[in-house]
Order: sequence, then C-alpha cells, then structure tokens
Amino acid sequence: MFVAAIALGLLAGASGLLLGFAAVRFKVEGDPIVEKIDALLPQTQCGQCGFAGCRPYAEAIAAGEADINQCPPGGENGVVALAELLGRDPKPLNPENGTEKPKMLAVIDEQNCIGCTLCIQACPVDAILGAAKHMHTVIAKECTGCELCLPPCPVDCIQMQPVTPSISTWKWTYPVAEVKTQSAAAEAAV
Amino acid sequence: MKEYALILISTILVNNYVLVKFLGLCPFMGVSRKLETAMGMGLATTFVLTLSSICSYLTDHYLLMPLGLEYLRTIAFILVIAVVVQFTEMVVHKTSPVLYQALGIYLPLITTNCAVLAAALLNVQARHDFIASALYGFGAAVGFSLVMILFAALRERIVVADVPVHFRGPAITLITAGLMSLAFMGFAGLVRG
Repeated sequence: MFVAAIALGLLAGASGLLLGFAAVRFKVEGDPIVEKIDALLPQTQCGQCGFAGCRPYAEAIAAGEADINQCPPGGENGVVALAELLGRDPKPLNPENGTEKPKMLAVIDEQNCIGCTLCIQACPVDAILGAAKHMHTVIAKECTGCELCLPPCPVDCIQMQPVTPSISTWKWTYPVAEVKTQSAAAEAAV
Repeated sequence: MKEYALILISTILVNNYVLVKFLGLCPFMGVSRKLETAMGMGLATTFVLTLSSICSYLTDHYLLMPLGLEYLRTIAFILVIAVVVQFTEMVVHKTSPVLYQALGIYLPLITTNCAVLAAALLNVQARHDFIASALYGFGAAVGFSLVMILFAALRERIVVADVPVHFRGPAITLITAGLMSLAFMGFAGLVRG
C-alpha cells in the first residue's frame, strides 16, 4: 500500500516538476504589440469591427490587415490612443462599422423572458445567467453593452439602457481632444 | 522481422482501432467533416500514440513491474500520457512553429482519447517487447489516420449527395461508418492465427 502511494506520488511529483520546468524553459513570447493593442481596445467583444472579438482585431491591426478606425465602442479616444501607439495619423471612425454611442447596459424584462437560452449563447462575455425554461438575468458588472443579445431574443424582452452614473461608478470625464482630419484641415485652409 | 510486419498489418487493417475495436470514435465522428482537419488529427494521433506507447512501456517495465504494482497501470498510464503530450506540445510550440500549427489544437485533444490509453494497456496485455510496443502504437495510429482520411473524404461527398430527408445529418454519417466497419471486417481473414 505504502509502496504504491509513494511510487505514484513520486511519479506525479516528477511529472509536475518536468512540466513546471518546461513551462519556464520553453515559454513562448506572444507578439508584444498585439498585447498592447488589445489592452487599448474596449473588450466589448461586440464584433462591430468585422472580427470575432477584440483580440482577433488586435492581431489583424498588428498584421496590417485592419485599419485602426473600426472600433465604435472605443470611439475617437480609442482611435487616437491606437494611432499614438502605432505612430500613425488618427482618423475618424469608419461609419461602415457603426457609430459611437454612450455606454449601454442590456436589461432583461424578467416578466417576459421565456428562458430560451438564446441570448446566453450569443453573449461573448458570459454576462447572462440562466438555464433552460428558467428566467435569465444580466450581470450588470460584466455586460459590455455590445447588443449581440438583442437579435436572437424571440420575445424581444431585452432592452438597452444607458448606464447612469451612481456614487460608486462616477468619475471625471476624459479630456476631449478634437481630432483633426485631412478633409477638415483642408476646409479650414479654404 | 516477420513478427513486426504482422503487427503492423494487424493493427492497421485487421484489428483497426476505429472500425473493428471501436476505439477513438469521438474524433472519428467529430473531426472528420473536412479532409484537412482529418489529416491534422491523423498526424497528431500518430505522433502521440507512438510516443505514449513507448513511454507507457518504459513506465510499466521499469517502475510498476519491479515494485509489483501492476494494478496501478491504468492511472499511471493516464498520468504519463498526459504529461508526455503536454511536454511535447510545449517543446514543439517553442522549437517548431510550423509543426505546431499543423498539429496545433489536436495535441491536447488526443490526450484524453481512449485509443491512446487502449494502446498502452493492450501492449501490456499482449506482452510486447519495446520495439513491438512502439510498432503497435504506430500501426494503430496509422490505421486510425487511414480510416479518418477515408471517412472524411466520404463525408465531403455525402454533403453534396442527394440523401433522403430522414437520413440527413448524423444519421447518414453513422450508417456510413457502419458500412465502413462491415467492409473492414473483411480483413479478418487476411492474417491467420
């Protein structure tokens, strides 16, 4: 009995040490620029940029496959931050991807929810709780306001509500910098 | 030499893991929708099965048998296989990005595949020596890859075929697999004894 326990313990311990060593020794560095771009994106995972989420969009920017002005939730501030990081000229948001809106929060009308779980499957950040044939609800802290849960709802019981600042969430507004575009600059010159 | 050739033929065709022994059915059904993924899965399985057969043979021969712990085989093999696969994945990720992209997500998937554990346990049951164990694992994996690729090619054609409504989807897939299994049973007469 003891021999078995010790032998298996040693085997497991040796394996653990080997894997721990390998994790340090064979560590693969991710592309650091992708991490930095990803950190600037709003992490709404809304997919309005045309990619599956913020991380794929960051990878596409780093690879030069996507432009920096495709993120409506990030807004003009996001574009400016990205332009600064990448040393490019800021440009206005691409209207094809959508327009900048104030941050919204999905709220489920619990009286009308039929518990179909379709919105749970649509939510990219797992912010909706519920089970089949049971009422669902949104975890307000996790909701990014991406609106992806609206189309699948068969009874239209999800509404987007603007986030009203409360004592715990209020903060100073960001300083607003005017983005100068080429067309605007040309108009000003005229 | 003849014995080793027989092991290979036996595991690839006669005792095919998927269609005769019915092991590893999960990836057989799950990853065979496209030819490329089936090939990736086949490659990764070949890699893992050969490696795990060798490692489990070593574990059994130099750790379990001397201590008289044969009854711990299953759990010890699971442990060793999981570690070896994880370790190889890390090394491959670091040293060869091309190979990592080819095997990629399939490597960790196979760790928990029943075919891998079965190869290790059947090796012990058949009292194979070192080379025979490695060949047995390799042959089983080649048989698995062969069937995966054949099945994926069939499924790609079934998608565009005019299948009766009630047989569409998983039903026709299962029927195809059953027919393939029947066909492989025909190999049973290939090697006598």
